[in-house]
Amino acid sequence: MSQERPSTVYYFGTCLIDLFYPEAGMAGIELLQGQGVRVVFPQGQSCCGQPAYNSGYRDEARKVARAQLALFTEDWPVVVPSGSCAGMMKKHWPELFHGTPDQARAEAVAGRVWELTQFLVNVLDIRLEDKGEPLRITWHASCHAQREMGVVDEPKALLRQLRNVELVELAREKECCGFGGTFAVRHPEISAAMVGDKIADIENTGAKAVVSGDCGCLLNITGALEAGKRPVRGQHIAQFLKERTHG
Amino acid sequence: MVDAAAHTTIDFAKASRTALADQQLRGNFRRAMDGLMSKRAVQFADSREWHAMRALGASVRLRALSKLPELLEKLEENCTRNGIRVHWASTTAEANAIVLSIMQRVDTRLVVKGKSMVSEEMHLNAFLEEHGIEILESDLGEYIVQLDEATPSHIIMPAIHMNTKQIAHLFRQKIKDAEYTEDVARLTDLARRVLRAKFAAAEVGVSGVNAAVAETGTLCLVENEGNGRMCTTVPPVHIAVMGLEKVVERLEDVPPVISLLTRSATGQPITTYVNMITSPRKDGERDGPREVHLVILDNGRSNVYADAELRDTLRCIRCGACMNHCPVYTKVGGHAYEAPYPGPIGKILVPQIEGLDRRGEMPHACTMCNACVEICPVKIPIVGIMGRLRAEAVHPSSAVKDAGARASRTEALVWKGWAAANASPLAYRIASGLAARLGNMAPSSLPLLKDWTNVRTKPRFAGRTLHEMAREKGIADV
Repeated sequence: MSQERPSTVYYFGTCLIDLFYPEAGMAGIELLQGQGVRVVFPQGQSCCGQPAYNSGYRDEARKVARAQLALFTEDWPVVVPSGSCAGMMKKHWPELFHGTPDQARAEAVAGRVWELTQFLVNVLDIRLEDKGEPLRITWHASCHAQREMGVVDEPKALLRQLRNVELVELAREKECCGFGGTFAVRHPEISAAMVGDKIADIENTGAKAVVSGDCGCLLNITGALEAGKRPVRGQHIAQFLKERTHG
Repeated sequence: MVDAAAHTTIDFAKASRTALADQQLRGNFRRAMDGLMSKRAVQFADSREWHAMRALGASVRLRALSKLPELLEKLEENCTRNGIRVHWASTTAEANAIVLSIMQRVDTRLVVKGKSMVSEEMHLNAFLEEHGIEILESDLGEYIVQLDEATPSHIIMPAIHMNTKQIAHLFRQKIKDAEYTEDVARLTDLARRVLRAKFAAAEVGVSGVNAAVAETGTLCLVENEGNGRMCTTVPPVHIAVMGLEKVVERLEDVPPVISLLTRSATGQPITTYVNMITSPRKDGERDGPREVHLVILDNGRSNVYADAELRDTLRCIRCGACMNHCPVYTKVGGHAYEAPYPGPIGKILVPQIEGLDRRGEMPHACTMCNACVEICPVKIPIVGIMGRLRAEAVHPSSAVKDAGARASRTEALVWKGWAAANASPLAYRIASGLAARLGNMAPSSLPLLKDWTNVRTKPRFAGRTLHEMAREKGIADV
C-alpha cells in the first residue's frame, strides 16, 4: 500500500485509548503533526462498533458505526492507533453495511483507513532520532493488526530506527495474548492461561518494556504483569516513540 | 443415551477449567502443537506456492459445493455402476441402523475400523457394542484412545493428549502379557500384534473417506499405517462412511485436495498410503472385499448448505491445522470441547449440527485472533462464521438450529444502552467523561470485573479523555 503524502488526515482515537490511554492517543497525533501533517480529530467520534459486532449484536454495532461514518466526509486518510479498530473499520464495516443505504459510504471510508504505524512508515516515511537511554524492549503484535491489517514489519521497522533501543522479538510473536474483548471475561481461565504464556515469552526476552500497538492487548498484558508484580512495563508504540524522540 | 445428551447444554467453561488445571496435559499439547506447526511451516515455506495451492484447493471445494446435489447424484450413479452400494442417512441414527443391518446380514461379531471422524459423530462404536458387535480401532492413535476408554482429542492425532509414558502404562495394564516399555517401536509392535490377529478374523472393515470423486465413483482414503488399506481390503465387507460434503467433481481435483490435506495436517507432502477404492473385488481378482458400501451422512449438513454464508463451513477437508494453530485449543486440548470436532472448525460446525441451545457457547470460546483463518488450506472464513453464529445464538431466525436460544433480555439491554451511549456524541461525551473520572471507583468485586482481576489489575481510567486533551491542545474538529 502506498499513496501520495496528504496534507490533512482524520484521526480516530478509539474508545479504549479515549478512556485508558489518552496520552498514547495524543502522542500519535503529535507524531503525525511532527511530519507536517494537519490532524483533524472529529469530536463526535466514539467507538468503531467492534464490541457489539463480535458479541453478535450487529444492529447495535451498525448504529454506532453509522454515527462514525458521518464524521469522515472529506477524502482524507483515517489514521487509527489500533490494528484491531482499524481492522473493524477497514474489513468489517463494508460487511456490516452491505446491502444498506450506507454501503457505498462505508466502503469509501474503509478504503481510507490506515493503522498508525503503517501510515507513519508507508506513507510518511518517518525518520526517528532516538534521544533515550539504552533499553531492551520486545514487541507484541496484535492479532488484528497482523491478520486483518497486514501490519507485521512496520512497527518493528520503527522500533529499529531507535539507535539505543534493542528490539528482541518474542518466540511466539504471532500467538494471541488472550484478550479477545469479551472473551477475557467470558472465558477468564483460558484467557489467564494465554496471557500467562505471553508473559513468560516476554520475560524470556529479558526486555524491560513490552511495546504494542493495541490497547486491548496492553490492558490485558500490563494488567497481568502488574498483578504478578513483574517489573516489565507496557506501553503503546505511539507514546513510546514520542517519548524516545523528544528526549 | 445419545438422545438424552442432546438436550443438555455443554459446559465448555467447566471442562476447560479441568483441562487447564492438568499441567501434564497442557505440556503435552503445547509440545505436540509446536511440532505440528513447524512441520507444516516447512511444507509451505514458499509463500507464493502456498497462496497458489490454497487458491486451487479453495476453488476445487467451492466448485464442488456449488453443484453439490448434482455431484452427489453423480457419485451415487457412478459408485453403483462400479458395484459400490450407496446408502443415504439423514441422521446419525439412520446411519448407525444402516451399518448395523449390513453387519447383521453377514452375521459378524467382529469389526475392524480405520480412522473416521464421521463414525465418531455417529457414536458408532458405542452403538455397535450395545448390539453385541465388537469394533476394534485399527489406527494406532484411535486404538490407544479406545483402550483408554476415551474419545479422540484431535481429528488427525486422536491420542495427542497422551505422552509415551502414559501410553506405556496403558499398554502394560490393558494388553495381555504386555511388558512395560517406553520404546515407541516396541509399543507399536505390541499394538500390531493385537491388531494383525483381528484384521484376519474380522468379517467387516469400516473406514472414513477423505474425498469421493463424483465422475469416477472413487473413494479416496489417506493414511500412514496401512491399517486403512487392511480395513478396506482384508475383511469380506467394507463399509465407508462419509459426510455428504466430501464429494469432489473430478479425479484431477484429488491431488490438490490431498496434498493440501497432508501438508497441513502432518507436514507430509504425501501420506505413506493413498487408497483409491473404485469397486469391490471383481471376478478373477484375488483380493479385495466382496462388498463395498458407502454410507453418506447428512446430519444437519443440508441446513448448513442452505445458507450462502454458513455453507463455507462445508469446504473443510479435515486437516486439523486450525486446531494446531489455535491458541485456545493449544491451552485446553480437544476433550474440553466434548465434541467430535474440537477447535476452530468444531466451533463452527458442531453448533450448526447440534444446535445453538446445546452448543451456543462454542462460538464464544475464541479470541477471534484469526490464526486459523490464516492457515486454513481451503480458506474457510472461520472467524466470520463464528461471528455469524454468535449473532444467530441471540436472535431468533430459521437459518441455524435453535437460533435465538441464547437470547437474554439483560444482555440485549446492555448492548442497547451501549449503542445509545456510543451513537450520540453528546451521550458519549457525558458517559466517557463520567467513566474517565469515576470508573476507577468501581469495586473489583463487580461481576465481570472480578473475572478480569483474578489475574490482572483493574484497568485504570486515565482521569480525562483524549477528546478533552485534543480540545485543550486545539486539535481541529473538522
